[in-house]
Amino acid sequence: MSDAWLAVLAVGAGTVAIKGIGPVAVGTRRLPRRVLDLLAMLAPALLAALVVVETFAAGRSLVVDARLAGVAAGALAVALRAPLWAVVLAGAVATALVRLAF
Amino acid sequence: MRVAAPLLPAVAVFGASFGVLARGVGIGFLPATVMSATTFAGSSQVAAVSVLGAGGGVVSAIVAALLLNARYGPIGISVARAFHGNPLRRLVESQLVVDESWALSGAGGPSLDRGVLVGAGAALWVCWTGGTAVGALAGGAIGDPGTFGLDGAFAALFLALLLGQLRGRRAVAAAVAGAAIAAALTPVLRPGLPIVAATVAALVGVRRRAG
Repeated sequence: MSDAWLAVLAVGAGTVAIKGIGPVAVGTRRLPRRVLDLLAMLAPALLAALVVVETFAAGRSLVVDARLAGVAAGALAVALRAPLWAVVLAGAVATALVRLAF
Repeated sequence: MRVAAPLLPAVAVFGASFGVLARGVGIGFLPATVMSATTFAGSSQVAAVSVLGAGGGVVSAIVAALLLNARYGPIGISVARAFHGNPLRRLVESQLVVDESWALSGAGGPSLDRGVLVGAGAALWVCWTGGTAVGALAGGAIGDPGTFGLDGAFAALFLALLLGQLRGRRAVAAAVAGAAIAAALTPVLRPGLPIVAATVAALVGVRRRAG
């Protein structure tokens, strides 16, 4: 088997298992209140981590680049109560323009 | 599905760019498309293919990709109650969970919307896999996704969804802690692990209330 296929199959099988473990193991069981409380707090914690990584991470470095302009434009769009598609579009356009300019 | 509409073109272009990247390092149409259909997690696929292309070895490629996907463990638990039926059906449907479908459907919180999670996930899957197939066939005719600012667009999306989640002091505390953990650990740990570590920040929000 080629390295490419080996990677494709191993990453695919591993990811299927990672994504499925919660839904298969927990299933429709009712979780205790404290666990639900914890899961509700997972959203802000994980989303904030995603914002940091998607904005500043480049491998193992933290960098300031055009993505920050995209996030700033997105924040402005949110402040102006723009719909989500406009936030995404503002993020893309601002990032692309700043990248083009520098 | 409608809520995912603004993301679909972005995901299709990102998928195409993955197809182009894969083709550029000698990974053909079939493996690239099979990877998008089965793994369905962009950053991990880019990482695996980049490591292979750089001659980093297949084991490093697999480890890098799976670490990037480790966050889907806790994310899967947070939306587990949205999946019904027998375990096989739950396993199959749970593959539609990606950052975007998870976040759009309420991020596993009290307002979790199964229709959005599965519907948006399916639409994103079609665009991602279809985009990859097109990119793997068309090759260099499609440019670098950075040119279109897609990376900044996804960061802006997550920020918008985060701001929608910041109701109450507990949520703000969890977000600040999550961001701080991710930033502090990015230079230290392999990519993917800082986000997993940030799940600990959820405890901050819960402790606040208990204390």
